[in-house]
Amino acid sequence: MKFPKIDLDTLKNEGTESVTVKERRNFLKLGFAITGVYAGGKILSLSSTFGVAHASDGSDFVEKYPYNPHYSMVIRQSLCIDCEKCVDACNKTNHVPEYGYRTRILTRKYRGQLDKKIEFIPVLCNHCNDAPCVRACPTKATYKDAVTGIVRMESKKCIGCKTCMLACPYDARYFSAARRAVDKCDFCWEERLSKGETQTGCSSACPTGARTFGNLTDPENIVFKLVHQLEETVWVLRPEDGTKPNIYYMKGNMRSVDNILKGQKFKYSDPANS
Amino acid sequence: MTGIMVNISKRWGYHGVDALRKASPGYLMLLGAFALLAVAGAAVGLHGMIVGYHHVYGVSREVSWGILISAYVFCVVTSTGLCIISSIGHVFGGEAFMPIAKRAVFMSIIFMLGGFCIIFFDIENPFRMAIYNVISPNLSSNMWWMGTLYGAYLVFMVIEYYFLLEQNHSLSRLMGFFGLVVGIAAHSNLGAVFGMLHGRPFWYGPYLPIYFIFSAAMSGGCAIMFVTTLAWKINPEIMNQRMERAMKAICQVTIFLISTIIFFTIWKIVTGIVSHEKTIVIMSLVTGDYAINFWLFEVFLGMLLPLFLLIRSRGNNFNMIMWATGLMMVGIFFMRYDIVIPGQMVSVYHALGVEEARDLVKYTPSFHEIMAALFGLSVICFAYFAGEKMLNGHQLEKHEIVPEGGYICPGCGAIHFMEEGETVEDAMKRHHKIW
Repeated sequence: MKFPKIDLDTLKNEGTESVTVKERRNFLKLGFAITGVYAGGKILSLSSTFGVAHASDGSDFVEKYPYNPHYSMVIRQSLCIDCEKCVDACNKTNHVPEYGYRTRILTRKYRGQLDKKIEFIPVLCNHCNDAPCVRACPTKATYKDAVTGIVRMESKKCIGCKTCMLACPYDARYFSAARRAVDKCDFCWEERLSKGETQTGCSSACPTGARTFGNLTDPENIVFKLVHQLEETVWVLRPEDGTKPNIYYMKGNMRSVDNILKGQKFKYSDPANS
Repeated sequence: MTGIMVNISKRWGYHGVDALRKASPGYLMLLGAFALLAVAGAAVGLHGMIVGYHHVYGVSREVSWGILISAYVFCVVTSTGLCIISSIGHVFGGEAFMPIAKRAVFMSIIFMLGGFCIIFFDIENPFRMAIYNVISPNLSSNMWWMGTLYGAYLVFMVIEYYFLLEQNHSLSRLMGFFGLVVGIAAHSNLGAVFGMLHGRPFWYGPYLPIYFIFSAAMSGGCAIMFVTTLAWKINPEIMNQRMERAMKAICQVTIFLISTIIFFTIWKIVTGIVSHEKTIVIMSLVTGDYAINFWLFEVFLGMLLPLFLLIRSRGNNFNMIMWATGLMMVGIFFMRYDIVIPGQMVSVYHALGVEEARDLVKYTPSFHEIMAALFGLSVICFAYFAGEKMLNGHQLEKHEIVPEGGYICPGCGAIHFMEEGETVEDAMKRHHKIW
């Protein structure tokens, strides 16, 4: 490839006036695409597959979500009040013994912040698309459901080596003596979803809507709406592990969430209204 | 039947239960103590299995691998190491190393079996493993490869040992070669079981598979010197010129390998202190809860003291070698413990800054876990002491009096038998041909 020779030192500054709006827009677009900010690139980089787009690191070119229904949970962190109703519902629904848990709520304390001193972070199995536990299991006792993408257990195959418990970067697994196998969140597949319910135990028990469960491939679904927006930052836990998790986190303060759910335009993002 | 036994005794140097009857009362008491400890360990382990391990074991959801996995790693590292060191001689033809082959391969098998005894009480459903490892293999799992390859390794080592006893050096050499290849593959997979858990920064990376192989060779050198010098205490007649030469050679190799492991350890510490999650683990080893484990056992007993004593011994002071390597075995056990437990101390949510994951996760081995680990280790000790007597110190005959029709092979140091009408040269060619 030949490059034109340009002597940059003697080049005359043309100024920005002569740059057309279109050129300027293209230039900005290019920059956004590279940094991954453009069109929800932040999420693109976290989710393994997405609508037609480049993931921000440039390595994945993905067409669509790999599962249908692609179950996912969006946790609106600011709404969690640590009532633990989700944990109780989970324990009851899935017969979780007292020495174990499938989900829990972590506490982060702050000093010197003006608005909040404490924040609650519900955690559970992230049903990763590249699940380290599935790779580590010697007998395929844990596997990625080919239809729903739920990471499930086939208890009778579990030899109890506990490699999956250490492979999991989300501490989502424990050994259940009653099942004689490692137990974990299955998005209530066995107890609820397979019986026709549409919500998991924890999400239906949540009084504030901090846990929203749904199908990422359905544009009408709440999780789709919460993830596919630019106004609020959406993140995942431990993105550096490259596990492509399906539990998304956002602050979820009420006003912007209302806007999203009502499908309104963002008032403060429209310069004409300001 | 008696005829066969006599034949085996002559061919294999097998002295059987008779040799135990003739042993001194003190020796029998020692054997009895190990047998009792093994039975007690197995009983406590079975108790744990029946009531449920989560009631009696110290392992938790976060520290899921405890002293049992450490002890298992210790056993299989030593087993692989014995295979590596002995293969220098009877696989690759390093003459000086040849006399240790029989004892090393025997102990390698015993250490492997001891490791399996220990893992039996760690795995929750060991019986399922036998079935689903075969009918539902996950080829991307290091755990699967490790288990399968170690199974194959054990088979190769047993066949190799049989051919060593049978004086069939070409086949034993071939089997030894396969055993070595499979053993190294299995052992590096064990390193990768830890090294490929990318949520655990203390383990993650290519370091552990590589470290495990060098560490295995070091443990093997240490173990073979320890069991040989201990056997020399039991029966001074096992030591002869060829064995002395072998000890000297192994001593040199082990000094080199200890230095290598010191080098590995230094770089583990130095690279660890620049990354936060690793630093807290390293600091717990250097100045925290694990400082005694690290400095006293791993560094002093496991590396510096044996390095000093082995250099001082010049490879021919067997008392000094015995103490150096015996203490080193203890140090090596802690070396394994210091890999397995600290790797799990940092909660996966530590970086999130939450209250629940602020401190390092604690682990203390429970009585049941210690006993289950002692089960495997006493099986090894029992088999070793019984083997020294029953297998006549792994020699062919007492004083190595060459039996009729046999001769001491100048190449490998073993006793070969000539067939009728064969010259010594022909017999040697027959014993040492590759096919």
